[in-house]
Amino acid sequence: MPVDARTLALQRPRSLKSALAMLSKDPALTPIAGCTDVFVGLHFGTLDQRRFIDLWGLDELRGIAAGGAGRAGKAGQGLRIGALTTYSEIIASPIIRKRVPMLVAAAREIGGAQIQNRGTLGGNIANASPAGDSLPVLAAADARIVLRSAGGERRVPFDEFYTGYRASVRQPDELITAIEIPPIAGRQWWRKVGTRRAQAISKIMFAGVNGPVVRMAIGSVAPTVVLARKAAAVLAGGGTVAAAQAALKDEIAPIDDVRSTGGYRLQVAANLLAEFWRDTK
Amino acid sequence: MGRAVGANVRRKDGDAKVTGAARYIDDLTFPGMLFGATIRSTIPRGEIVNTHHDLSSDFVVADYRDIPGNNYIALIDPDQPCLSEGEIRHVAEPVLLVAHADRRALFGVERRVRFDYREQSPNYDPETSDTCFKKISIDKGDLDQGFGEAEVVVEGEYRTGHQEQLYIETNGVIAVPGDGQLTVFGSLQCPYYVHKALVGVTGLAPHRVRVVQTETGGGFGGKEEYPSMLACHAAVLAMKAGRPVKMIYDRVEDLLATTKRHPSVIRHRTGVTRAGRITAMDVSVLMDGGAYATLSAVVLSRGVIHAAGPYRCDHLRIRGRAMQTHTPPNGAFRGFGAPQTQFGVEAHIDRIAETLGLDPVRLREINALRPGDTTATGQKLGSDASALPVLREAVKRSDFKKKRRAWRGTNRGIGLSLFFHGSGFTGAGEVKLASKASLELTATGARILVASTEIGQGTRTMLAQIVADALALPFEAIEVHVPDTDAVPDSGPTVASRTCMIVGKLLERCARELRRKLGTATPAQYFKAHGPLTVTRQYEPPAGQVWDDDRYAGDAYGSYAWGCNVVEIEVDPVTFEVTPRHVTAVAEIGKAIHPLMAEGQIQGGTAQGIGYALLEEVVMREGRMANAQLTNYLIPTPMDAPSIDVAMLERPYAHGPFGAKGVGEMPIDGPAPAVINALRHCGFDLRSIPATPERLMKARA
Amino acid sequence: MIVTINGKKRRLDVPPMARLLDVLREDCGLTGTKEGCGEGECGACTVLVDGVAVDSCLVPAAHVDGCKVVTVEGAAAAKRSARALQNAFVEHGGAQCGICTPGMIVAACTLKAGCSRDEIKRALAGNLCRCTGYISIFNSVEAALPPARKGPPSRLALRRANARARRR
Repeated sequence: MPVDARTLALQRPRSLKSALAMLSKDPALTPIAGCTDVFVGLHFGTLDQRRFIDLWGLDELRGIAAGGAGRAGKAGQGLRIGALTTYSEIIASPIIRKRVPMLVAAAREIGGAQIQNRGTLGGNIANASPAGDSLPVLAAADARIVLRSAGGERRVPFDEFYTGYRASVRQPDELITAIEIPPIAGRQWWRKVGTRRAQAISKIMFAGVNGPVVRMAIGSVAPTVVLARKAAAVLAGGGTVAAAQAALKDEIAPIDDVRSTGGYRLQVAANLLAEFWRDTK
Repeated sequence: MGRAVGANVRRKDGDAKVTGAARYIDDLTFPGMLFGATIRSTIPRGEIVNTHHDLSSDFVVADYRDIPGNNYIALIDPDQPCLSEGEIRHVAEPVLLVAHADRRALFGVERRVRFDYREQSPNYDPETSDTCFKKISIDKGDLDQGFGEAEVVVEGEYRTGHQEQLYIETNGVIAVPGDGQLTVFGSLQCPYYVHKALVGVTGLAPHRVRVVQTETGGGFGGKEEYPSMLACHAAVLAMKAGRPVKMIYDRVEDLLATTKRHPSVIRHRTGVTRAGRITAMDVSVLMDGGAYATLSAVVLSRGVIHAAGPYRCDHLRIRGRAMQTHTPPNGAFRGFGAPQTQFGVEAHIDRIAETLGLDPVRLREINALRPGDTTATGQKLGSDASALPVLREAVKRSDFKKKRRAWRGTNRGIGLSLFFHGSGFTGAGEVKLASKASLELTATGARILVASTEIGQGTRTMLAQIVADALALPFEAIEVHVPDTDAVPDSGPTVASRTCMIVGKLLERCARELRRKLGTATPAQYFKAHGPLTVTRQYEPPAGQVWDDDRYAGDAYGSYAWGCNVVEIEVDPVTFEVTPRHVTAVAEIGKAIHPLMAEGQIQGGTAQGIGYALLEEVVMREGRMANAQLTNYLIPTPMDAPSIDVAMLERPYAHGPFGAKGVGEMPIDGPAPAVINALRHCGFDLRSIPATPERLMKARA
Repeated sequence: MIVTINGKKRRLDVPPMARLLDVLREDCGLTGTKEGCGEGECGACTVLVDGVAVDSCLVPAAHVDGCKVVTVEGAAAAKRSARALQNAFVEHGGAQCGICTPGMIVAACTLKAGCSRDEIKRALAGNLCRCTGYISIFNSVEAALPPARKGPPSRLALRRANARARRR
C-alpha cells in the first residue's frame, strides 16, 4: 500500500553541521540516503515514518581513505569509509579491494547494478536488517562505527552496535558518518547463500578472517549479526572443524520464514564454516 | 516472391518497443478519467454480514447491487461472481469497487473499509475437498490384461505447486463509458472473452460493447481469462460514475488475487516387461482448482490427455479430478495442465528405467510413439510424429550418454525428458470456436483483421509473413489491425498454441482467395477499379478428424509438436544450491515461420520451466500467498539463466500454414522433469518441484 | 527544482519525496519507463542519473535536482551505444513483449564496446525478463557492442549479420 508523496516531508540540509542541528532539534526525522530500503518500506506500507532528512547531498559523508582505526603501531593500514559510500564505489575502490576484499565480494552480490549504484554502507547499517549484506563483513572485520551528533563524535565497535532486532545504540539525533576498518591480518572469506544468484535476499551469509585472530560472523541466522566467538575460539585453539561446528550451532538461532528453514540455515552455517576453514588454510 | 516465411524478417512492433514509444495500458489517459481499486476479502471462507467504511462522497463506491447485468463472469461455468454478494470462498475475493479522480487517494483505501465476517472453516486440501469441478476418465484397451502382461510394476507419486505467470506488466484496463455503450482498453490475450463477459455483466447489447487490446507486456495465459474480471470491475465503476475508469493492479495485488498454475498430484502405476516395454499405465491426476471453476475443466482435460506422455501403450486408464479449495482460483498458464502431468510421467519413466536397470534413453526409444501408433485417446499419429527424431537429436547434441557415465558420482548431473504438446483446442473445441479471420485489401497491400493478440510471441509479425507469401506481396505491405472487437472478427482466444496453426491457416486461405481475386492486378489497381475488398474465412476441421466427448476418445488435437530436453546441472555440496548450467532443447514444430521468434519461444518457455523446477514457489499460509512480492516470488534473473542450445526440426503438418504446428507452450513442458531426472542422476530422489536447496538437503539426510 | 531530462532543462514543481518514476511518467509525460514491481526488483523502471543506472521507483525527486536524467526516449540522443542496442534488440530477438526492454536498453547503455557476456550479465542482473530467457538479450547486446572499433556497428554490418541469420 504505497504512500502519497505529498504527505512526506523532506528536510534538505546543506552541510553535516546543519543536518546534525536539525536532528538535535527534531530527533524524529528519519535519515535517508540511497533509499533502496526506505522507499521499499514506504511502498509496502511497512514504514510508518513520514518526516525525513536527506543525507544524499552531504559530501562530507563520502570518501574512502587510508588511515584511521589504526591500532598502535599499525597506523595507516586501516581504512575509513564514508557512510554514503555506495556499493558500486566499494567495488571500484582499489584500496578496499586490496585491504577488505570480503567487503567487495559482499557488495558485488547485493541486488543488481541499479541497487549497487544507490545503496550505501551507512544505510545498510542503519537499516539494521538481520539480512543486511555488509554486516557480517563489518563484524568479522572488527569495524568501528563513527557516530556524530551536534554534541560530538563517538566510535562504537561493531559488535557493540546492535542491541537487538533492528535496534542499535545509535541515538535518534546521531548520524553514522563513517566506518573505520582496522588492518586485517590473514585471509578473508565471504559467502552469501541467496534465494537466487542476483537480486536475492540472503538465506545465510558468512564472513570470516583466518589469521592471527580468527573471526567469523554469520548473517540471517538471528535477529542481529552473530559474531561466532565460541566457534572461532575452538578453531583458534586448534580444535577440530566438527567441534567448531557444534559450537557454532549453539551460537545461532535460525528460523523458518518464507525464504528458507531454520534446519537448512543451521546445517549450511556449519557447512560454510568448514568451507571457510578449508579455503583459508 | 515467397520470401517472408522462414526468414527472420524485422519484427513489426520492434522499433516502438525499443524506443519506449509502444503504448501499454498504464501509458494511456482519458479526459475525466478516474482511478479504480478493489476491496477484497481478508478471510478464506465465510460470509460478510456487515460493511463499514468512511469514504467521503468524492469516492465512487460500487458493490454487487450496482451490476446492471448478471453478477457472474461468463467463462465456462457461471459460478464466479463479479462481486461478492456476501459469500466468500477465498482470500482476496473482490467485494467492493472504489474510484476517485486522484490516484493517490486510493493508496491504502482498503484500510478505510471494514467487513464483519461470519467465518467458516476453509478447506485447502484438494484430496479431501467435497466439491469437484470436473472429472475425466480416459480408458484404452483392458487394464487388467495390460498388468497381466507386466513382469514388473512400478509406482510413483509426483507433486507440482502453484506457479505465477509473472508477466512484467501487471494486469490493467481502462473502461470508457459512452451513450449506452462501453469501450474497454486493456492488457489482454482474448478480446472476445472480455467482450462476452462484459455483455453479461453490463447488460448492454453486444454491438454496444467494444474491447480493444493495448500493447501487452506478457501474458503466458495469465491474461487469458483474468482480464474479463478486471474489465467487468472497471465497467461497473465507469457506468456508475459516468466517467472513464482506469484500474491497474500493483504487483502485490496481482500476485495475491489473480490466477496461477494449478497445483497437482500425479500418481502412476505402470506395468512393464523386463525388456522395457510398457504394458499398462494407470494414472491419476488431481488438480487444485482454487475456489471457482474458471478454466479447471479444460486444464484438467489437456492434463489428462498428455498424462501418459509421448509413449505407446495399449492398455491404460487415466483418471482426472479438478477439485475446489478455498484459495484464489487457479487458471491458465502456458502448458495448461501438460507441464504438470508430463512432469509426472517423465519423472516416472526415469524411475522405471532405474528399476529395470535400463538406460533412460533406451527405455524411451522402446516406448516412444511412432507414426501410425495410437495415443492414449486412440488418435492415430501421422508421419509428422517426431518423438524419436527429437530424442535422438537431443541425445546426440548434448553428448548425453558420455556425460551420464562420466558424471556419475560427482556433483554434476544430466537428465532427459521427452514430451509432446497438442496444438489448438482439444477435441471439438476448434469446431465450437468456429474462428474467423479476415483480410482486407489496402491501397498498397492488405490488412489482417483477427482477434489474435500480440503478447510478445510475435503474432503480428508471424501472421503478416504468412499472408505476405500466400498473397505474393512484400512483408512490408501487410498491416495488422489492432485487435478491436469493432473491427476484427472473433478468431478465438490467443491460447492453446493455436494462433499460427489455426488462425494463421485461416489467413492463408483468405490470402489465397484474395490473390485469386486480384489476378494480375496490384492492390492499387484493384482498389482503383473495384473499391474495397475483404475476404473472410471460417474454421473448417480437417477431414477425418473425429472426437467423442463422451468417451473422451479420438483425435484430441489436429497435430502435436514434439520435444526433448537435456538439462545439465551442478549441485553445490555445501549449500545444496542447484545451478542449471545448460539446456539442450530440441523441438519439432512443423515449420518455423520466423526462426528467431520461434527460437525465442523455446528459450523463453525453457527458462520458465527452469524456474518452475528450481525457484518458483507460492508459499500459501491460511489460504493467502505469503510471498507476494517480487523479492520473494523468484523468477530467474540474468545470472540464473542457463545457456540454451535450441534445435528446431520440421515435419510439416498438412493442415498448418506452410506446415506449421504450434510452438508457444510446449517448451515449458520439458525442463522440470529433466531437472528432476538430472538430480536423480546426482543422487537426489525428489518427486516434487520446486527442487529447492532445502528439499535437496532433506532428501540427502 | 531544475532537472535536465533527455537533454532538456525542465523546471519541476513536485513533492521532494515523489518517486522519480512517477515524475517522469506523470509530470513529464515520458511513459517509456515502466513500473513492474515498485520494489526495485525488476529494473523495468531503470533510468540513468548522471550516467549511472538506477531504479527510478526508488529515487526521490529531490535527488535529481540539478542532475541529468536519461530515459529510454532520450537514450539514442544521449548515448552512442543506444541506437545500436535498440536496433540489435529488434534484429536479434532481444525484445518480445517489450515491457522490460526500456529498462534493459538503458541498463545496457552503461556497457562498453567489447564487453564480455559475463559483464553483460552483471550489468543486466537487476533487470528481469519473463519472455526471452535472456539468451537473445545477451546476443543483442553483444551484437550491438562488438570489440573496440570506431563507433557502433554500421547499418551494413548489422544487415549482413541479419542476412546470415536468415540463411540459417
